[in-house]
Amino acid sequence: MSSLDLAEAVLLGILLVTALAITRARSLFVAAMLGGLFSLVTASLFVLLDAVDVAFTEAAVGAGISTVLFITALALTNSQEATTPRRRVIPAGLVAVLATAGLIYASFDLPGVGDPDSPVQTHPITDTYLRESQQDLHVPNTVTGVLASYRGYDTLGEVVVIFTAGIGVLLLMLGPRRPADEARDRAYLQAEYRVLRVVSKTLMPFILLFALYVLLHGEYGPGGGFQAGVIFGAGFILYTLMFGLAAVQRVLPMRTLVVLVAVGVLIYAGVGVATMALGGGFLDYNEFNPGNPSGGQVAGILLIEVGVGITVAAVMVAMFYSLIRRGVRR
Amino acid sequence: MTATHYTYWIIFALMMIGLYAVMSHGNLVKKLIGLNIFQVAVFMFFISLGRVDGGSPPIITEGIEVYSHPLPHVLILTAIVVGVATTSVGVAIAIRIYEAYGTVEEDNALARDAAEEAAE
Amino acid sequence: MIALEVASSVLLLAGSLFAVTGGIGLLRFPDFYTRTHAAGLMDSAGAVLILLGLLLLAPDLGSGVRLLLIAAFLLITGPTATHALAHAARNDGVRVWAERVDKKR
Repeated sequence: MSSLDLAEAVLLGILLVTALAITRARSLFVAAMLGGLFSLVTASLFVLLDAVDVAFTEAAVGAGISTVLFITALALTNSQEATTPRRRVIPAGLVAVLATAGLIYASFDLPGVGDPDSPVQTHPITDTYLRESQQDLHVPNTVTGVLASYRGYDTLGEVVVIFTAGIGVLLLMLGPRRPADEARDRAYLQAEYRVLRVVSKTLMPFILLFALYVLLHGEYGPGGGFQAGVIFGAGFILYTLMFGLAAVQRVLPMRTLVVLVAVGVLIYAGVGVATMALGGGFLDYNEFNPGNPSGGQVAGILLIEVGVGITVAAVMVAMFYSLIRRGVRR
Repeated sequence: MTATHYTYWIIFALMMIGLYAVMSHGNLVKKLIGLNIFQVAVFMFFISLGRVDGGSPPIITEGIEVYSHPLPHVLILTAIVVGVATTSVGVAIAIRIYEAYGTVEEDNALARDAAEEAAE
Repeated sequence: MIALEVASSVLLLAGSLFAVTGGIGLLRFPDFYTRTHAAGLMDSAGAVLILLGLLLLAPDLGSGVRLLLIAAFLLITGPTATHALAHAARNDGVRVWAERVDKKR
């Protein structure tokens, strides 16, 4: 067994133990933190499986945003779980065991992990995405090339999904603000968190700069619009946690966020409409620079990545604002 | 055969643990965490399908010939972000249920509904 | 160079040692604050030593600078996280472990 296989086996073992611990944990705070750990170990596993873009996104989204969402939910609701009644455990366990057995039986038809002759590797589309994309797009990161250009329409749908989820959360969570919250906010902020405040204030510009770097570098290395948006959002969430909603709203008020949520989607769809106006199809970036199609492709990819980043960042921060504004019941 | 397939089996086990957490627990937040585990296990399954022995990440560099397939990565990138979108809406709904019923336990909320219906 | 590889291996081993002992400490220490200390040590000392060990074997300047930046980031945020945990616990009233003195003696 090579060392990589051993590392994979160890990580999968850690994941199994963590998943079992999450199921058994009665305190939901423990479950949420273990969920964050689960996502982070999965991100390491993705790196071992050569999926660097996915690892980046999983670490940022799973270990960052999801954990924040769950802990905010627990702050607004109960954090202890009742015991599972016996009548649920037996059927659920039976279904789980039978489904596992069925899947394992079916998996014998699957190609082995890493098999170079599997249908995934030998399909002609692999050659298109890996080799021809270099002539068409000149974008070394093939994942960005496929995501933004070959399957750009799917990514438009994805941005609209994020937009819809953001709107949904805002509709559910925004409401009349309870007047008692102001005093409680001030009381929390008076606590001596000086070290944290200094460190987070020092790190903020670097976090935002890194987000911009990830956005622009997505064509040459792991990165792209989603990761950049999530990191940008995480920076502002950190600032909100440290300095309070009133302070952060002086920089980024809710009104601006609601507009930005829509602006990203509009940029993306606008690029499509612009290419149609220039004579090509929807999202046909070649039309941006008819003499040099790959230059047009690079410009189109950059524009839509900016749109994606803006929407994702605005949605993350707006969701967090609205959850915080709901108030902490303690 | 086993040496090349055990990765799939552990991933299936993870999927089913997540599914068990969704099915057997009554707490809405726990269900969401279990759904998260299930989703991540599905992502791992997809990525392991695209991997090739001796390959490298699908970023074209000089001198490397064998790359992992980029298409599963693209699909999973979309799936991760859609997953966090659904989780956030689920969390918002759970908070509203707590505010309306005073509990996040499914059984208690359903019992309250049944009691109200019987009282009418 | 052999000296570089030896130095790098020593650093990597030292970092792993910190990680392992940090893990053991997390399980065996009697109190929240001591456990946070063990975990923080894993983060700052262990990770930074491993990164320094990798830095000695970095293939080019770009990767080397990146490793240095990551190490600096971990050095700043690791102790901050430990401080945040301990401070929050203190505010919440988590009790410090005191050795139980046998009353008979």
